[in-house]
Amino acid sequence: MTPLLLSAYTATTCLGRGLDATRAALRQGRSGLAPCAFETVALATWIGEVAAVDAEKLPKSLAAYDCRNNRLTQLGLETDGFADQVRAVIGRVGKTRVGVFLGTSTAGILQTELAYRRRDPQTGALPDDFIYRTTHNSFSLAEFTRDYFGLQGMAMAISTACSSSAKVFAAAARQLELGSIDAAIVGGVDTLCLTTLYGFASLQLTSAQPCRPYDAARNGISVGEGAAFALLERAGDPAPGSVLLLGTGESSDAYHMSSPHPEGLGARLAMEAALRSAGLATADIGYINLHGTATPANDAAEGKAVAALFGNTVPCSSTKGATGHTLGAAGAVEAVVCALALSDGFLPGSPGTQNVDPAMRLDYLLQGKAATVRHALSNSFGFGGSNCSLILGVAP
Amino acid sequence: MSKALTAWIEGIGFLAPGLPDWPTARAVLRGEQAYAPAPSVLPAPSILPPAERRRASRVVKLTLAVGREAAAHAGADVGQLATVFSASGADGHNCHALCEQLAGEDRQISPTRFHNSVHNAAAGYWGIATGAMAPCQVICAYDASFGAGLLDALGQVVVDRQTTLLIAYDSEYPQPLFAKRPVPDVAGVGLVLAPQRTERSLAQITVAPDTANAEPLADAALEDLRTAIPALRALPLLRKLALGEGGVICLDYLPPMQLGVAIQPC
Repeated sequence: MTPLLLSAYTATTCLGRGLDATRAALRQGRSGLAPCAFETVALATWIGEVAAVDAEKLPKSLAAYDCRNNRLTQLGLETDGFADQVRAVIGRVGKTRVGVFLGTSTAGILQTELAYRRRDPQTGALPDDFIYRTTHNSFSLAEFTRDYFGLQGMAMAISTACSSSAKVFAAAARQLELGSIDAAIVGGVDTLCLTTLYGFASLQLTSAQPCRPYDAARNGISVGEGAAFALLERAGDPAPGSVLLLGTGESSDAYHMSSPHPEGLGARLAMEAALRSAGLATADIGYINLHGTATPANDAAEGKAVAALFGNTVPCSSTKGATGHTLGAAGAVEAVVCALALSDGFLPGSPGTQNVDPAMRLDYLLQGKAATVRHALSNSFGFGGSNCSLILGVAP
Repeated sequence: MSKALTAWIEGIGFLAPGLPDWPTARAVLRGEQAYAPAPSVLPAPSILPPAERRRASRVVKLTLAVGREAAAHAGADVGQLATVFSASGADGHNCHALCEQLAGEDRQISPTRFHNSVHNAAAGYWGIATGAMAPCQVICAYDASFGAGLLDALGQVVVDRQTTLLIAYDSEYPQPLFAKRPVPDVAGVGLVLAPQRTERSLAQITVAPDTANAEPLADAALEDLRTAIPALRALPLLRKLALGEGGVICLDYLPPMQLGVAIQPC
């Protein structure tokens, strides 16, 4: 693919709001996970909750969108000057020429979960103040973002569970290549809700401890929440040090709804496709941000696929021990982690992980380290066997 | 530097209330047969392994039906096609059951309920059924879902030069969500889109942004379906394909952006 410029990017997770907080936490090897005290959830698990989400007030004209997921969307957009950069691009190319491509797994389902507690005792009806379209629907965060900036062009939400906000980069790249848009707001937002917390618990995929990706004793995920965005534009002649999207690769496991292919076959196809798309060889990759959810099956399958393709020479880590698994936001959060690694020359470690599983033949980073790398690969895999790998690079 | 969003339609699948397949829909759209309203009929998903067949919801059966019909019409191997699934919502009945249980005392939901709750559940079952390891996209754009799916499918066809199966589909919610989102029944459209003309090609389409209004269908019952079920915003395009007519039509997308579709029969 033709390289695209990330002209702005930002991430907000339990590590803090924005790039500086994220960078500082990754450098310190700090985790933002805490024992679950979300809403009325009674589960022995740890979560990655973003501070002060519900203090965020939406503009009056967009009040119909009010729910935790859109509060976090706005919080994320108004971080690191991202919204200002979006407005500047709209001023340059026009409001029909900036597309919106956002990933989510559950959007504002929490709003519906809460509304179901307030059903009319006689009729069973949901309360009048519950608005399906602008809160529950998977498109709500993309429609909110489009309206927030007064955009009039294309918009879509991509919802492939935990690969959602990696796949938005691929979809936006196609439209930029076609010339149907001049810039794209890409990203992902997912917020804590009962469906995912109780759902992952029902599959026995949540850990009672902070998650330990790639650890021999790993036993499940820590659900997190997050909002991460990037502004993609055609790169032209990028300034040295600019972060670029160089390749995207998508594949399907065609294996099982909630378990990965045991040999990581789909994962391998996605990584190979991303390398082809970027025109790079495995030796060109200097860091891999693994999907690394810390379930026994995910890490085993991904570890096999990465080792088969890259051997044990490429430094890699999962940062989910720091952020938790932000589900539909994970792809975008970890693309930003890669962008920071490339621009800062610091590869993050893996908070929570103590003893790397000896079955993993990888150069797995327990601690972060300084290193100058040109290209980073980020993996995101989701339920339903949906896989996406991204390759980011830094302009020489 | 713009590239036209052009593809060749090689196969069509269809299922809607009173219109169980594309041959029936085609006859009705051509005016050869009167539209007879009836609940949508979903074929059994015989292609799925037994465990998944038991768990298959209405959206799973729907997408397998329209996707396989379109692929068969195109003479395409379902195991090789890239796919774009686009839906305004996921499995409404499963969503209702989850929310109801999570509002009660016993929140220990079943694992199957949870994995069936994801927006890409139908796409996941499609992969298991067909063995397709090609890219699979899953989109939502509320009422604009057909247009959003078409845009991304054309992106894959034109940029990646890959024959892509678009499956746009919707399903109903039970009460009380139905009162908030009154999609009346299941319906779906499958289109096999190829990057070049072949002997199988039915028509060439080129999509561009537009601001016109979508042309309503003359038959009031069909027009009701078009506006009630997001996937059926495709009906003006399907009518042209049924008639074998060329011309430019407009499809509802995301106001104020509409999609103009130039159609040239092969």
